[in-house]
Amino acid sequence: MVESTVHATHAVVTLDVALPGIIWGWMITLNMWAKSIGTGVILVGAFLLYRHKKDEMPNLRWTMPLISFIFLNIFLLFTLTDLHQPYRMVNIFLHPHWTSAITVGAWMASLFTALVTVLMVIGYFDAHPNVRKNCALANAARANSGLYEKIFPFVVFLAIPVTLYTAIIMAESSARELWQAPAEVMQMMWAALLAGSAALILVSGKWSAEARKDLALVLAIATFFSFLMYMGEYFFSFKSSEAEATLAYVHAGGAYNTEFWFGMVLGFIVPFFIAVGSMKSDNKTLLRFAAILALVGLYMAKDVWLKIPQMLPLS
Amino acid sequence: MKLGFLVDLNLCMGCKGCEVACKVENEVPLSSWRLRVKYIDIGTFPDAKREFTPLRCNHCENAPCERICPVSALHYLENGIVNVDSSRCIGCAGCMMACPYGAIYMDPETNTADKCTYCAHRIESGMMPACVVICPVQANIFGDLDDDTSHISQYIMAHQGAVQVRKPEKHTNPKHFYVGGGTQTLDPLAQQRIEGYSLFNNITHLKHVGDPNHGVIDRFLAPFESHEKLDNKSFVDFDNHESEGGH
Repeated sequence: MVESTVHATHAVVTLDVALPGIIWGWMITLNMWAKSIGTGVILVGAFLLYRHKKDEMPNLRWTMPLISFIFLNIFLLFTLTDLHQPYRMVNIFLHPHWTSAITVGAWMASLFTALVTVLMVIGYFDAHPNVRKNCALANAARANSGLYEKIFPFVVFLAIPVTLYTAIIMAESSARELWQAPAEVMQMMWAALLAGSAALILVSGKWSAEARKDLALVLAIATFFSFLMYMGEYFFSFKSSEAEATLAYVHAGGAYNTEFWFGMVLGFIVPFFIAVGSMKSDNKTLLRFAAILALVGLYMAKDVWLKIPQMLPLS
Repeated sequence: MKLGFLVDLNLCMGCKGCEVACKVENEVPLSSWRLRVKYIDIGTFPDAKREFTPLRCNHCENAPCERICPVSALHYLENGIVNVDSSRCIGCAGCMMACPYGAIYMDPETNTADKCTYCAHRIESGMMPACVVICPVQANIFGDLDDDTSHISQYIMAHQGAVQVRKPEKHTNPKHFYVGGGTQTLDPLAQQRIEGYSLFNNITHLKHVGDPNHGVIDRFLAPFESHEKLDNKSFVDFDNHESEGGH
């Protein structure tokens, strides 16, 4: 009965057009997740290179840019694929609109990917002197080995805005009040450190225990603060009516509630405790398990946070 | 010149003439809307009434869609209209994420963003927007906000205190005003969408954004293929494609 379900002061929409559902779907989630790994490995790799000798992490010099290159290309591929007019992507470079974080981000990400590619080529051929001895590219890379160290600081610096620009895109999405710039900026940064440390943990089998301990430390800190950020937003975003209405899609139970809490437990809580434990006892297998869980959980958390604001009717 | 729109909701009778005129004038495809009239029932029987709210682009002075568009496909005209250049649009849907009024759609035929342009092509020729011309009760009032003698300026002056915009807290400074509205008619959070209380149809969500007959790969192949001609039936079946992400 209407009398029992609809408050007298409430209004009920009785005729309207079909509203668009989720506009930015799993491809954008994958895009953000892959970018977190692509920039995170550079940031965490730089931290490790600062803290430890290269001998302790024999393959880092080429695996770090290789992982970054792979995931940056996944990120770029899905950025392109999500466009309704993919061939017009070139318009971002021909007709850039600089107030748009999409434009600024596309330029920075392209430059970043190009520089990471240079690092990868130099790093790989330096580490494998017997590979393609007669290849001009390989020889040029080996001859310019010093370039790696020269451009690496700039790549690390550039990794920060490339990590963060998606947060500004979300902040520019004025219709989605859940995405506030300060919170999103911090979420993105923690996500990059989480994803970067998790990805490097997976290739750190032959590294020194001390280097792995540092990776576990970064993973523990990143999962802890990521979890805190989400909890803060989940429970205390009540100052904005739109954010509160958006969070109702999670608070009320259902698929997004399940996905969110799976993300929190698998991605942040469990990896945090495993990472803290790994700092005392060097258990490679357990730490790898934590890294995989963290990457899966991060995807789930990002997926929920991306989709729920899009379910709110805007008009 | 700063063109603006005002709808007197006290006059609107929900005939949807403006909706139809807009569709015809701008050849808006089925499943897409530049202008729509929403019916909202308020109160409990017998103390109930039905309100009608025409919704279109607000042509904000501080337009989030213009700011986020990476290629300036959304741009300001000198008369204040926020226009769309669909030949430049890359279809990123950033504008759809930015518009607080849900006024932008992905055209299923061109796969580009589109929206109400206040009939910029008609204005250029000295004509009024189609929805203004068709309105049988002159609820749609359109004109130059910078001109104190224009109908819209005088209407706003005559209704001081009763003129509202949607979501003023967004700081978009809309150039689309309402007279006779209230929170229940203008704030979507004050309205419920309850299954079973809709007239004529169920509460529906588009399960596609953009062309419902083409998947992601097809977007890359589209320039090299001849498309099957789309007909009305192509857009009626909302369940024929992926629910998300496949747009």
